[in-house]
Parts: sequence; C-alpha cells; structure tokens
Amino acid sequence: MKVASKPASVSQSLTPHDVARIRANFPILGERPHGKPLVFLDSAASSQKPVQVIEAMDDYYRRYHANIHRGIYHISELATEAYEEARSKVARFIGSPCAAECIFVRNATEGLNLVAYAWGRQHVGRGDVILLTEMEHHSNLVPWQILAQEREATLRFVPITKDGQLDLRSLDRLLAGAKIFAFTAVSNTLGTINPVTELAARAKSAGAVSVVDACQAVPRMPVDVTQWQCDFMAFSSHKMLGPTGIGVLWGRKELLDSMPPFLTGGGMINVVEYERSTYADVPARFEAGTPAIAEAVGLGAAVDYLQGIGMERVHNYEHELAQIALDKLGALSNVTIYGPGIEHRTGVISLTVGDIHAHDLASILDRLGICVRAGHHCNQPLMEKLGVPATTRASFYIYNTPEEIDLLVRGIEEAKRIFKIA
Amino acid sequence: MQDDFSGMEELYRDFILDHYRNPRNAGTLEGADATYEDNNPLCGDRIRMDLKLRDGVIEDIKFKGRGCAISQASASLLTEVVKGKTVAEAARIGKEDVLENLGIQISAARLKCALLGLKVLKEALSLAAPDL
Repeated sequence: MKVASKPASVSQSLTPHDVARIRANFPILGERPHGKPLVFLDSAASSQKPVQVIEAMDDYYRRYHANIHRGIYHISELATEAYEEARSKVARFIGSPCAAECIFVRNATEGLNLVAYAWGRQHVGRGDVILLTEMEHHSNLVPWQILAQEREATLRFVPITKDGQLDLRSLDRLLAGAKIFAFTAVSNTLGTINPVTELAARAKSAGAVSVVDACQAVPRMPVDVTQWQCDFMAFSSHKMLGPTGIGVLWGRKELLDSMPPFLTGGGMINVVEYERSTYADVPARFEAGTPAIAEAVGLGAAVDYLQGIGMERVHNYEHELAQIALDKLGALSNVTIYGPGIEHRTGVISLTVGDIHAHDLASILDRLGICVRAGHHCNQPLMEKLGVPATTRASFYIYNTPEEIDLLVRGIEEAKRIFKIA
Repeated sequence: MQDDFSGMEELYRDFILDHYRNPRNAGTLEGADATYEDNNPLCGDRIRMDLKLRDGVIEDIKFKGRGCAISQASASLLTEVVKGKTVAEAARIGKEDVLENLGIQISAARLKCALLGLKVLKEALSLAAPDL
C-alpha cells in the first residue's frame, strides 16, 4: 500500500495535508471536464476509486485470474484465497463475528431483494405487517411492495418530521404485528443519520426482524453490526471506493442458515441429482454462479484503504465539510436546504434554488466542472412529501475540500444570475 | 480559475426563461378531443397536453406540466407552433424542428427534457386522429 495506510497525523479528522495525499491517489481528479478541474460532489451516488483499488483488480487479472473454488491448480487457489480474504476483510470492517455471515451480491439492491425473497416468502403471510420509513430509497421499498402484494401483507411507514428525521412517537403502534422493519441507516436524500441501534432493538422487542439499508452509512462512518444488533444489513461496494458490480448482504448466521436459496445454479449446491438437489451452506448457498471475483478483490482493497485512514476520521471530516457547506449555502438568498441540522446529518445536502429546476442547476454546475445529482434520488414518495419535483444534491467524501464548496457556492450564484434571481 | 462562464447564456437564453416562467397555452381544455400525459421517470419532468380539433385543424391546445426550464419551454414553444396547423402538418414536426426552435445547445443528457413535449404531442395527435 503506497499512501494513506499510515496517516501522517493522528488528529481525529483529516488535515489539508491528509486530503492532498488522499487526492493524489485518485487519478480521475486530474480530469478536466469542459476544461475545468473536476469537482466531484456526487459520491453518495457512487464514489471515485483510488489507484490501490484499480491496481488490485488489475493485478488479479494480470497474475492470478481463474475461477474460484474447486480449481485444483495454483492460480485458482490464489484467486479463491483472495476472494475469501476479501470476505474476511469485509466481516472485520463491519464488526461481523463470522465471515460466512457476509454474502457477496451484486449490490445492496440485490441484497435487499434476497432478504425479501428468501426470508420474506418464508415468514410473511396474510395480514402481516412490513414496516418501512418514508425516507427509503426505492431499493428498500419496491421489493417489500412486491412481497406485500404477493402475501397480502400490509405496508406501513414511519413518518418523517418537517426537518427530515424519523418521527418515532408512534413506532410501537406501527410495529404491532410487524414481521419486518426495514429502514435506512442514513438517508441518501436528506443525509439524516437514523438511530439504528434503537430501531433494531425496538424491532426485536416487537418480534420483527430488522433490515438495515447501510449503503450511505458503511462508506462514511464506523459501522458495527454487533453494536447495532440488527438482523440483516446491506451495502454496495461502489459507494465506498470499491468497484461496481459487488455488494454485501450481512445476516445473522442462524437466520441465513434457515433460509432457502434465492438465485440457484452452480456453486450453491451440495448434491445434485436429476430430480432434486441439496444446497450448500452459507455463504455459498447464496452465491450461485461465478461471482464477481475481481470486484471482491477490489472491495477488499477499498476496505484496506478506508481502514488505513480510520472510519472515525472519515466520518469527522465529512461532518466538517457538511458543516461548512450548511453554513455557506445556508447564507445564500433563495436557497432552501432540506433535512435536519448538522448534529443529525452527514455530508449529503439536498437543496433547491428559487424556481430553478434541479436539472437546470445541475447543467449550469456541470459547465463549471461541478458534478452534482439532480432529480428525485430514487426517492419519489419523499419528494412528493417535501413538495418539490426534484432537488439538487451535493455529497462529500474524503477527497473533497472546503475550496470545492466555495466553487459550488459560486456556481449557485452564477445560476441565480442566469435565471435572474436575487 | 473558474471565471469562464461562456456557453451558459447560450443554454438559458432569455426567451427560454420567459417560456419557463410564463408558459403559453398553459392549462387544460374542457371537452378536449384528445388528452395525453407522460413523464420522464428519470427526472420527474411531466407534461400533459389537451387538443381540440376542427376539420383536421388544431383549433386549440393547452399544456400543463412541471419540470426543468428546457422541458417546459420546449412544450410551450411547441404549442405556439402547432396551434392553427392541420393535424397532418403537426404530425410532420420532428426532433430537429423542436431543437431548431429552441435554438440552444442541448447536451445528450438533456435531450429527453427537450423532446418530452414533442412525444406528448405525437401521442395526443394519434389519439385525436388515429387514422393518420
């Protein structure tokens, strides 16, 4: 590992020097879209990749690519070791006591579908309740809608407050009769940090399993499933410096052991006859077909990179950037920021500017080299609730700087000038 | 460093902003011969058009929508263009005509915004005059 494995400072955040060293690891930050330096403020959608991740995958393809498991030759053994080592790294990273509890899937979406299919179809019946929240990403909503329709179950939603936090006053009533409580750890639209430990505990006392969408949490804060005491948790590699095409479903071992397969075929079987088969133990039972081996290696390298920095520092730095952004953007006239105050949020900021539609604002920012997301952020019902068709979302990560926030502010001022807004 | 804002004015000329903020033929029509509504699921732009025909001519047209300046201005401009035209003439309007009317550079990512109004118009026309 070249850089970032030994931080230069022991401060609890990142110094400008640390950030400069981190930025040097991200080749894409040297790109100049429209002739401008790339200001990448869309990491909540997908983060950029450090050379350590790119090289780990490159090295795998150059030196030891082969299909894993059962290959009786050296490079297949190397590939198998690397794939399983990545699983162990992920397990340690999220505080899982057992690597077999980490299932490699395509992304968090597939992980959540797996739970809805394999656990949900076994346990949810007519009249049962599936509890969600009003701030779920479509990926933690649509699989449950389909399960509810199939099983004639009822969907309920924990409402949100005006400032975009979960309103937990009626949680006990909502949890009555619930088999599943699925919720996000961090809102991808509002940046709200939810009290996962409390929510999981209350699900448990109501007899429901807890399913945590941790897509926005795992990249940006210390996550420990043993502390959360949840039952299932899913996240994607590509939002945490790793490659696309791989994600993780974590589940408590006894739950996973009791579940039937989701996708079926090679690699997930024990004994196969023409008429019937028995299935492999977890995690193999849920990893049918040749998995994303290079991507697992890349994810392992991303975990190493983040652990080299320390998740506490990642979280604190992002919090600092969020504070700066809230202060500077909040001081602009005709800018509305959605979501809670700094103490309950992370570096994901959704806003609107006067009557400028999010896409127009994003187009103008794009010409300045600034990448933001515009639209409903896979969160259409929440947008309806906020009463806006779309917002513009800026999200920050370890390679962003306060100077980039200044550029965002200037870009917004420019958009206001073009749209003739004071 | 980032003082070069050229091209931005090209993207949002005054008449685009004018059509966005003061859309022409805005609203709905009582007793319309055809109504069609569509949206762009990726960005949430939404447009509805109502048509009234007499003797093969678009006697009246109204639209209602929400979305970005480009989608709304494009739809507004289109209603001005087709009002009073025959159905056959309106049906011949193509993508290039719409972009030429807008007269601005549209990036690939925004093409769907610019062309949503045309898509809705075509669907409404085929409802109103299925034989065409």
